[in-house]
Amino acid sequence: MEEVKKGGVNDFVVKLANVNGTGSASANGLLMKSIFRMGVPVVGKNFFPSNIQGLPTWYEIRASKDGYLARSGRVDLMVAMNAETYARDLADVSSGGVFLYDSSWPRDRSLSRKDVRILGVPLSRMMTEAFEVARTRILMKNVAYLGVLVALLDIEMDVVQQLLEETFASKRKLIDANMQAIKLGHDYAREHFDCPLEFRVERMDATTGHIVIDGNTAAALGCVYAGATFGAWYPITPSTSLMDAFGAFCKRYRKDPETGRNRYCIVQAEDELAAIGMVIGASWAGARAFTSTSGPGVSLMSEFLGYAYFTEIPVVLFDVQRVGPSTGMPTRTQQGDIMPAAYASHGDTRHVVLFPADPGECFEMAVSAFDLAERLQTPVIVLSDLDIGMNDWMCREFQWDDSYRPDRGKVLDAERLEKIAAFHRYADVDGDGIPYRSLPGVHSKGAYFTRGSGHNARGAYTEDAGEYKEVLDRLRRKSDTAATLVPEPVLMSARKPTRLGVLSVGGCDQAVREALDRLEARGVALDYLRVRAFPFSRAVQDFLDDHDQVFVVEQNRDAQLRSMLLIETEVAREKLHSVLRYDGLPLNPGAVVDGIDEIMRRSQAA
Amino acid sequence: MSFIRKPLILHADLPRNGVGLTLRDYEGGMSTLCAGCGHDSVSSAIVQACWELDIEPHRVVKMSGIGCSSKTPAYFLRGAHGMNSVHGRMPAVATGAMGANRRLYCIGVSGDGDSLSIGFGQFAHAVRRNLDMLYLIENNGVYGLTKGQFSASADVGSKAKRGEVNRLRPIDPVLTAITLGGTFVARSFSGDKAQLVPLIQAGLRHRGFALIDIISPCVTFNDHEGSTKSYAYTRKSSREAVHADFVPAAEEITVDYPAGDARMVTMHDGSHIVLRKTADDYDPTDRLAAMEHVESRHAAGEIATGLLYLEESEDDQDMHGTAGTVEEPLVELPFESLNPGAAALAEYQRRLR
Repeated sequence: MEEVKKGGVNDFVVKLANVNGTGSASANGLLMKSIFRMGVPVVGKNFFPSNIQGLPTWYEIRASKDGYLARSGRVDLMVAMNAETYARDLADVSSGGVFLYDSSWPRDRSLSRKDVRILGVPLSRMMTEAFEVARTRILMKNVAYLGVLVALLDIEMDVVQQLLEETFASKRKLIDANMQAIKLGHDYAREHFDCPLEFRVERMDATTGHIVIDGNTAAALGCVYAGATFGAWYPITPSTSLMDAFGAFCKRYRKDPETGRNRYCIVQAEDELAAIGMVIGASWAGARAFTSTSGPGVSLMSEFLGYAYFTEIPVVLFDVQRVGPSTGMPTRTQQGDIMPAAYASHGDTRHVVLFPADPGECFEMAVSAFDLAERLQTPVIVLSDLDIGMNDWMCREFQWDDSYRPDRGKVLDAERLEKIAAFHRYADVDGDGIPYRSLPGVHSKGAYFTRGSGHNARGAYTEDAGEYKEVLDRLRRKSDTAATLVPEPVLMSARKPTRLGVLSVGGCDQAVREALDRLEARGVALDYLRVRAFPFSRAVQDFLDDHDQVFVVEQNRDAQLRSMLLIETEVAREKLHSVLRYDGLPLNPGAVVDGIDEIMRRSQAA
Repeated sequence: MSFIRKPLILHADLPRNGVGLTLRDYEGGMSTLCAGCGHDSVSSAIVQACWELDIEPHRVVKMSGIGCSSKTPAYFLRGAHGMNSVHGRMPAVATGAMGANRRLYCIGVSGDGDSLSIGFGQFAHAVRRNLDMLYLIENNGVYGLTKGQFSASADVGSKAKRGEVNRLRPIDPVLTAITLGGTFVARSFSGDKAQLVPLIQAGLRHRGFALIDIISPCVTFNDHEGSTKSYAYTRKSSREAVHADFVPAAEEITVDYPAGDARMVTMHDGSHIVLRKTADDYDPTDRLAAMEHVESRHAAGEIATGLLYLEESEDDQDMHGTAGTVEEPLVELPFESLNPGAAALAEYQRRLR
C-alpha cells in the first residue's frame, strides 16, 4: 500500500462527522469557504445518507497548497459530532491525527488510540448555557465547533466574520448569535489546547481567479447560457439540484422585464418516461430542451432515446451518475452508466456522450451538448456523477464570449423550403450523414411524419430491406461525423518519453493526475489521456497505438470504458489493463497508484 | 398501403375556405386500416372540421402513440407535421411540442390501449396539466394490430370474437378525465359526423385539454354480436345528453334555438359553443351532475354522448397559464433575450468566491 503522508501547513484533511438534518452543512461550508478565502486551494466532499433526518453524514474538507482536489484518502482532523459513529470515526483518523469530540457527555474509554490525539470540548453544555431555544442550541453547536477549528487551524477570524455577514446579509441577530458561538468555541480551544496544530492554514495566494461551485449548478448555468428554454424532469438524487438551479437562474435572468412572464418552461413530469418524451417533443418543435436524471432514469428513458436516435431529434440529457445496479446507493458516486448511456435502447443505437471532469467542464459541455445535439440531430448525454455534481469544487472562473451564437444545425426555414422542389427529411444531401430538418408551424412544404417505425430517405414508411438499410447505414456515417465534432481528449505527456500510458474519464481526473505526480516522483513516467467524448475521436486510437501498455482507470466493476475501447478501436486486448474502483466513494490517488503498482508487479513477475 | 401515394386530383370548382384551400388540401395519405374502420371516419371528420375552421395545416401538429389509431395522423392534414411516437407516450411529446410553441394547434390521436393501459399515467397527467390540445381516443375496446385481445375499455360481459367474455371492469376515459379536472370532456361516435365535427372544432378552440372519447368500432375484431363496441350496439345505445354546435368568433349566430333549450358559452377567443339540451335537466357545467349522468346511463346499458362537461374560463388556466410563460412561443424568442451575457456571469461568480 502507498504510504499515507501526515498533514502539514496548508496540506491537511478535516472530516466532520454529523447527524443528518442538524444544520451542519452551512457551518461546514463556511469552514471550507474560509480556507478558500485565505488563498489556499480546497475541496469539500459530502458523504451523506439517503435520508432526511437522523442518519450519520460526513463532510470532508481537503486543503492542498499543491492544488490537489481529489479525495486524499487520509484524515488529519476528525470532528466527531455524532456519538453513534465515534468508533468508526476514530478508526478513520490517520496516524498522528486529531480526534475532536463533544465532551459534554462521558466518552467510552475504549475509544482511544495511542497514535491519535483526542480533544474534548463540552460543546453541548456550552450551548445550553449560552442559548435559550432548543433548536438554536443544536444549530449553534455546529458554529461552535467551527470556532474551535478557527483556533486549531489558525483561520483568520475576520474572514469568518465577513462570510457570516454575507451569508446572513441584514439579519443582524443571526450574525451576532453565530459570532457568539464561534467565539465560545474559539476561546475554549485557545484556553485548553496548544493552538494552532502542526497542520493549519497559512495565508497564500493560490485561489485568485477561482470560484467554488458544484457541477450541477455549473451545468444549469451552461443550459441558461446555451439558450435552453424548456426543461422536463423527474426528481432523482443526485441530479435534482441541476434542474433546481436552472429554475433559480431562470427566475433571475429569464423574466420578461415588461410582463414579468417567463422566457422558459420547466415541467416536473410524472416520471422519467414522460420527461424525456417532453424534451423530444420540445426539440422537435424547435426549442433547446433538456432533462436531468441519474442511472435509474436513463433506464426508463431508453425506449425514447432509441426513438430520438432513429427519428433524429436533438436531445440533451444530463446523467448525474450514482451507484447502481438498481436503486443502488443513491447518495454515492460511480461511473456505472458509461456503456448503458452510449448504447441505450434496443436495436443498433449509439449516442453521443460527453464526459465532464469538473464543474468547469459541466458548464462548457452543457453548451457544447446543445450545439452538438442540434448539429447532429441526435441525443447527447452529458455523463456527470455525484462527486462532480454535488460536491464543492474549486475551479477557474467561467468565461463567456458574448459573440457566441447557438449552432442550430441544418434547419430549413420558410424561405428555403419555398425554394426547394421537395423536402426529403432523411436524405443525405451533404454526404456527412446529417439530413436537413424542418420545424412545425413554419411551412406546409416542410411537413413530414416523424416515425420510429421503418422509414426511407424521404421519411415515408417502409418495410423495404434496401430503403431501411440505407437509413441505418447513414446513421452510422453520422456517428463517424460525430467523432470529428465532439470535444477532443486531453493529453498530458510525461516529462520523458514513455511507452506506458494511463487512459481515464470524467471524475477520475483529479485522482489520476495526483497519482501520476506521485508515480513520477518515484521515477515512473506515464502519459495520460483523458477521454472527453464518445464516439471516440481519432486521437484515442493514436494514443493507444503510441503506447505498449495502457492502464484504464474508471469507477465501475465491469471495466465499461475498457470494453468500449475494445469494441470501438483497433487496440489489442492485452494492452489494456484495468484499474477499477467502485465502492461509491470519490476516487483517491492512492487507489490509482496501488492499482497501477499491482499490475506492474504482476507483469514483471510474469 | 400508406406508401402508395394517393393521387391528388384538384378540381377547379372545388369550394375554397377562408385561407384559400379546398377540402382535399386537408387530406392525408391513403389509409392502411381495414375497410370500414371507424378510425377513417374520424380522420375525415378532422379534415372537415379543420377546413371549416380555416386552420392553415402547417399551424397544426398531429401527435400519436402506437396502435391502429396512432397510424391515422398520416391519413389527414398532409400539410401538418406529424409525430408517431412510442406506445402510450403521446401526451409527453405533445406536452413538449406545445411547451415549445404554444401557438400551434395540437391534435393527439390515441386509442384505448395507448391511453388507458400503457399510457394511462401520461393521459392522466396531460389532463391534470390542462395541456392545450385536442385529445382524441379512438375507442374500440380491443387491440387490433396484435389480433383481438381485450383492452381496458372493454365492458364487463362484452364478448370477444371467439366467444371469450370480459370480466374486468372497464376504465371510462370520460369519467377519468372529469375526475382529474378535465375542462372539456366529450364522447362521440365515429358514425355520427354531425355530432363529431362541431365537437372537434370546439375542442380545437378550447384553451386547455379537450378530450373526445370516440367509440370507433373495429370491424375486424370487435364488431360482432355480444360486443358493446360494435356499430350496431353503439348506434342502438348512444344517447346524446347535450349537442354542441360550434360558432367561430367572426360568424353571426344565425340558427334559431327555442328559448330555454339552448345555452351559449363564449370561449376565450370569442367563438361560441351553443349547447342544445337533449336530455332532461342536464347541466354540462356541473361536474358532479356530469359524472352522475354518465354513470347512470352506463348502468342502464346506454352510452352518454355529446359535450358532457365544459369549463370555460376567462383566465389563462392551461399549462402555460399556470407556468406563467410568455405569450410568444419559446421557439421564437431571440437568443439575445435568453442569454444573460458575460457581464452577468462575472457578476454572479463574485458570490462564489
